Amino acid sequence: MDRFSWSNGLLEINETLVIQQRGVKLYDGDDKAKLDVGVALLSTHRLIWRDLKNHECCIAIPLSQIIFFEEQAAGIGKRSVSASTSLTLDAKIVIHLHPAPANKEPGPYQQSKFSYIKLSFKEHGQIEFFRRLTEEMTQKRWENTPVSQPIPTATGAQAGRTRAVGIVGIERKIEERRKETDKNISEAFEDLSKLMVKAKEMVELSRSIANKIKDKQGDITEDETIRFKSYLLSMGIANPVTRETHGSGTHYHMQLAKQLGDMLQAPLEERGGMMALTEVYCLVNRARGMELLSPEDLVNACKMFESLKLPLRLRVFDSGVMVVQLQSHSEEEMIASALDNVSEKGSLTAEEFAKLLGLSVLLSKERLLLAEKMGHLCRDDSVEGLRFYPNLF
Amino acid sequence: MHRRGVGAGAIAKKKLAEAKYKERGTVLAEDQIVQMSKQLETFKSHLEEFASKHKQEIRKNSQFRVQFQEMCATIGVDPLASGKGFWSEMLGVGDFYYELGVQIIEVCLALKHRNGGLITLDELHQRVLKGRGKYAQDVSQDDLVRAIKKLKAMGNGFGMIPVGGSYLVQSVPAELNMDHTVVLQLAEKKGYVTVSEIKESLKWEKERACHVLDHLLKEGLAWLDSQAAGEPQYWLPALFSELTSRDVTPEEANQMTP
Repeated sequence: MDRFSWSNGLLEINETLVIQQRGVKLYDGDDKAKLDVGVALLSTHRLIWRDLKNHECCIAIPLSQIIFFEEQAAGIGKRSVSASTSLTLDAKIVIHLHPAPANKEPGPYQQSKFSYIKLSFKEHGQIEFFRRLTEEMTQKRWENTPVSQPIPTATGAQAGRTRAVGIVGIERKIEERRKETDKNISEAFEDLSKLMVKAKEMVELSRSIANKIKDKQGDITEDETIRFKSYLLSMGIANPVTRETHGSGTHYHMQLAKQLGDMLQAPLEERGGMMALTEVYCLVNRARGMELLSPEDLVNACKMFESLKLPLRLRVFDSGVMVVQLQSHSEEEMIASALDNVSEKGSLTAEEFAKLLGLSVLLSKERLLLAEKMGHLCRDDSVEGLRFYPNLF
Repeated sequence: MHRRGVGAGAIAKKKLAEAKYKERGTVLAEDQIVQMSKQLETFKSHLEEFASKHKQEIRKNSQFRVQFQEMCATIGVDPLASGKGFWSEMLGVGDFYYELGVQIIEVCLALKHRNGGLITLDELHQRVLKGRGKYAQDVSQDDLVRAIKKLKAMGNGFGMIPVGGSYLVQSVPAELNMDHTVVLQLAEKKGYVTVSEIKESLKWEKERACHVLDHLLKEGLAWLDSQAAGEPQYWLPALFSELTSRDVTPEEANQMTP
């Protein structure tokens, strides 16, 4: 009985009650314990006993302390010499225990000459109790779900595990997750490498085909050429034959060009007939939301405007600025109107012109430069800015 | 380019040519195109499998993106060439970078009145991240650089100038030659530069220094502080740090240009 410790009888967080039985008297070895009849409670972690009348009198012992247990059937046994009536003995469960650990909490007995205890079932229930005890001792559930409060255990090695739900448990989870991520990444890289090997084969094949086309080994129809270009487009391989932007002339770009023709009419009218290509890029992609166009897709589509007889044109200024303009806005018109505006105001800078027409500064500058190129305007280039005057020379 | 002839004669000629080539063991181009078509289908399904397992990795992990891009470059593939490409369609790399392109253009446009079309990569990075909001995916500077490289296809002078360990991103077609670049690099430390500093560090004559500075002024890339103690200072708004600058409206900017 010196293995027991005082307890408040409350179950810990991961501890569950399995069975409880009233009318249980405890024996220290073969001697009756100096405790009254009480309630025996079996949990996943401990064996608890509480006095029926005095609930504060409560003791417990961890199940891990149990070495061995057996039933002692009711029946005729040792008879107390003095008593004459009692011939039957109640069923008991005998429980053999490990020696108490050094850090055991104080309990009802400081010491005992016995290393076993008995539970005597005065109100029956021993069969079920025994069955449940057997179950718990087999499953040893206390090992999987350590409770957070330190419980005196048989061996010191188990003491560390009581904290596992706390910080150590969290650290372990983080480490596991990191290992999992690392594993995912390295798996991803491995798969990526394998994929790249296959992609490389495609690249080499396409080069071989391109060379043959160049050397005219075989008879390629226009249809086949278009198909080849679309394969290159799918793979993202530059067209080795023309070295120009791959994928130009594919059906995809023709379709795109037509879509753009419809989509850009209104915006172009609003903006004086001309839009920088970057503006178009933002406009179109914002409208799409997904399955966006690449810059090259846009350029390739715009290049097809003329051949598809669409009313738009892609134009590249000397400065390298690329714009889309309505075909109806002919060059002469633009220049003439620029000249008019400048003459009216006497002189204009690109910013002033932009404000006048509602154009971006970039495009208004291009128009003025164009007019200058045609000899209609001349410039006054100073630190104060670039100003254009009608050309009176 | 000759028409495929019709008629028995043309057919016979073709058969002869085919036979000759087959004799030499060469495969005809059109046969190879058929082969390529088949291989393409196989590749496509491999890519689909890869995407189903690792698509998230590309979107979440900027390091993985870098690796992916470098591998593609090594074998001669541009995954960002077209929105219609397999890479873009199945891995979603395209949308990620093309959208980033839109955001970069918008940031540059919004700040052009202030810095003339020149911005540090750091500032661009910060502003793009802010614009994307806190629930969007993270983008790295490498992502920005790749998106900018793609934007070059649309003309308009998108370029990167190496300055002080990082880059200046140029978004206007201003002509910037080696002289201009070198002065920009000189100005990077303090955000401004003077004629004397240029003469001293670069050993140029006064005319050359003034010519370059005038050009930067005209292009709106530099502002002149003629009231500075000593000699006039040429400031580059692009190089202003967050601490010493505040945002300027277009009207204010117009007033400031000399």
